Amino acid sequence: MTETLNSTYLDEALLPYFFCPGCGHSTITDHLNAALVKLQLDPRKVVIVTDIGCSGLADKYFITNTLHGLHGRSITYATGIKLANPELKVIVLMGDGGCGIGGHHLINAARRNIGVTVVVFNNFNYGMTGGEHSVTTPIGGVTSSTPYGQLEHPMDICQTVAVNGASFVARTTSFDKGLPELIVAAIKNDGFSLLDIWELCTAYYVPNNRFSKNLLENTLTALNFSTGIIYQMARPEYSKAYRQSVAEELGKTPVPARPFQLKYENNLDQRLGIVMAGAAGKKINSAANLFCRGAVLSGLWATQRNDYPVTVKSGHSVSEVILAPQKVGYFGIRKPEVMLLLFKEGMAAVRSQLAEMTEMDTLFINSDLLPLQTRASVVPIDFKKADRWANKKEYWAIIALARLLVEREIFPLLAFKEAVSARAEFAEANLAAIEAGEKMK
Amino acid sequence: MRELINGAQAIVRGAIHSGCDFFAGYPITPATDILLYMIRELPKVGGVAIQAEDEIASMGFCIGAAMTGKRVMTATSGPGISLYSENIGLAIMGEVPMVIVDVQRMGPATGGATTVGQGDIQFLRWGTSGGYPVIVLSPTNVQECYSLTCKAFDLAERFRVPVFIATDKETALTITTVNVEEFSPIQVRDRVIAPKEGEFVPYRVNASDEVPVMSPYGGEHILRFTTSTHDDHGQLTKNPEKVSKLNERLAAKVSRHVDEISMVKVDVQAEADTLIISYGVSARSMNEAIAMERERGNRVSALTIYSLWPVPEKEIKAALVGICKVIIPELNLGQYKLEMERLAPDGIEIIGVNRVDGELISPEEILAQGGLL
Repeated sequence: MTETLNSTYLDEALLPYFFCPGCGHSTITDHLNAALVKLQLDPRKVVIVTDIGCSGLADKYFITNTLHGLHGRSITYATGIKLANPELKVIVLMGDGGCGIGGHHLINAARRNIGVTVVVFNNFNYGMTGGEHSVTTPIGGVTSSTPYGQLEHPMDICQTVAVNGASFVARTTSFDKGLPELIVAAIKNDGFSLLDIWELCTAYYVPNNRFSKNLLENTLTALNFSTGIIYQMARPEYSKAYRQSVAEELGKTPVPARPFQLKYENNLDQRLGIVMAGAAGKKINSAANLFCRGAVLSGLWATQRNDYPVTVKSGHSVSEVILAPQKVGYFGIRKPEVMLLLFKEGMAAVRSQLAEMTEMDTLFINSDLLPLQTRASVVPIDFKKADRWANKKEYWAIIALARLLVEREIFPLLAFKEAVSARAEFAEANLAAIEAGEKMK
Repeated sequence: MRELINGAQAIVRGAIHSGCDFFAGYPITPATDILLYMIRELPKVGGVAIQAEDEIASMGFCIGAAMTGKRVMTATSGPGISLYSENIGLAIMGEVPMVIVDVQRMGPATGGATTVGQGDIQFLRWGTSGGYPVIVLSPTNVQECYSLTCKAFDLAERFRVPVFIATDKETALTITTVNVEEFSPIQVRDRVIAPKEGEFVPYRVNASDEVPVMSPYGGEHILRFTTSTHDDHGQLTKNPEKVSKLNERLAAKVSRHVDEISMVKVDVQAEADTLIISYGVSARSMNEAIAMERERGNRVSALTIYSLWPVPEKEIKAALVGICKVIIPELNLGQYKLEMERLAPDGIEIIGVNRVDGELISPEEILAQGGLL
């Protein structure tokens, strides 16, 4: 297919175009074809992605790959295609309407400098739904939805993408005889290119505003909108930059299993529900996780369910841990056998569970939080007396869990120590905290 | 060998074992873990994972990538599914194989970002215009997060529809001890690609329930894809005969093949006249309730539903034989109960056990509200 020259990229059998007489879309479509002929791209390596609106009728005439998607979202499909297969030439055809509803994608595609070429068929109104105003309707412009004249300032599409990282930006009109060369230059640019092409909507904007080629050009002047290539800057194209940035990861094992060696014994013959309540930022969840790891090293089955507000460093933090000699099914804890209540922030979150606890159950509690109404047998922990740990509140959870292991001998402290040792960064401090908990009794 | 892993990691492992090589998503609690794992793990197999500018773009990226031949997945929670909605329709219309994970949280609206819910069950089925079928699978534990993700990729290839994993905050984020051996690879079918030689017509089929073969962008053939009603060539048409043929096929390709999709676990006790039906995280409570009830010497049957949509009607009807009472616990106000009411013969008592306060349903509640205590 690439051996012989393509004299056209249009399916001649489908011509003439379905556009209104005098509509600029016909001219732009012709010029896009002329640009593709100049470039002689393999049609199988080209994807023309169109938006909703009259510009979305253009893809059907091309013998390349096509995708006609949702209103305003054409750039997202184009981005997915380019990310997945960087060797493809991806060209987006969209209207000024699509630039409005899909403005977010326009900005972010520019920021990424993703290698797609966006051709905007800009005729200042929605030609397909009845001539309503768009983000580019000039002030005073009469449309079906601005019958008293447009009050909103027209969006400068070119500057919007230029200041946000696009690497090729040009503006012209459909009357520009040099348009094919401009499209060629835009497609040849490796990164994100945008061409804002001003044109006439003969169905609505022309009759509603007695608009003409002259008035269109006057509007450009009045707005001080320049034409031609208005911005060009070489920047890394995203789909290539992404592959370079992750190149060293290739070949590593994905989601590797990190199995435990079951090397310790345990003393549990039935399910044990442990609730640890504290404050966010005090390593409640991570201490509970290390505790679970110690339990698994000792042959137990553990689940850990965390509860926290959307904030990271404020509010409550609760970990519900279930240890059992067999797999755990339902992992809710209505009545905990053990509760570790370490910070006041956690109290409200576990109130109903605390109320369920009986004499058979144990409450390990920061002695600052006493007195507290409970039927559970209480083991106070006075962190203030734990010399160097008094102000290191983020280790209190580890201390309390060590204390629990001393008291209840669920599994060996040695297993807990091994679990914390595996986390090199905090291993030393965590080991010291476990020893502090050990000594507390 | 045992490991500690959560459902989100299991979903990522399942996806990568299934050949997933493209992921796009937008941060949302409690689905963010999947996005972050994918961004870290997918480059290891040469895939692409990206945080998009919003949920709409996440879907758009995935749809574009799927049509270049990638196996794609995205993950979000209920509010994100709202934003996916229009593109879910596009994926149905254009017949895009893709997997969408919904880590459900409590709704409506922003609801409870960090609290569990199962309130998207009807939404996933009916969440886009037109009412055409999708497939929804719901795991009850970490191992099933893995195996059903693999199954979702397989079904996506088979039917070229969006396949949802309807999970929830607790199933996805509760860290659980599992046997490593339970993650043995599950066979996922290859994409059927049009032969190199001969004509390729993107949507040409030989039967009214057939799924057309694909040819990727950049492949041997020209591919046309459109959001609009289209003919075999992927060209827009309003011809009633062609439109009807297309739309009826989009439904029939799934509805006539429910048997290939249905997945349930039947735990029938002879002569039991009570059946508990559940799915997802609530099935864990059901299993515990069943064990408690049997422990006390009472007969009771259980049905876990893994394939929520299309509804496994044959299996449900079979389980209802001889049953007088159905109890259905779910973390919404009775959404799947509607399907039971539709399927159960007159005279069967149907009791919903429901919570919408962000707490799990306890086994005791199932027994008490089901009138078994």
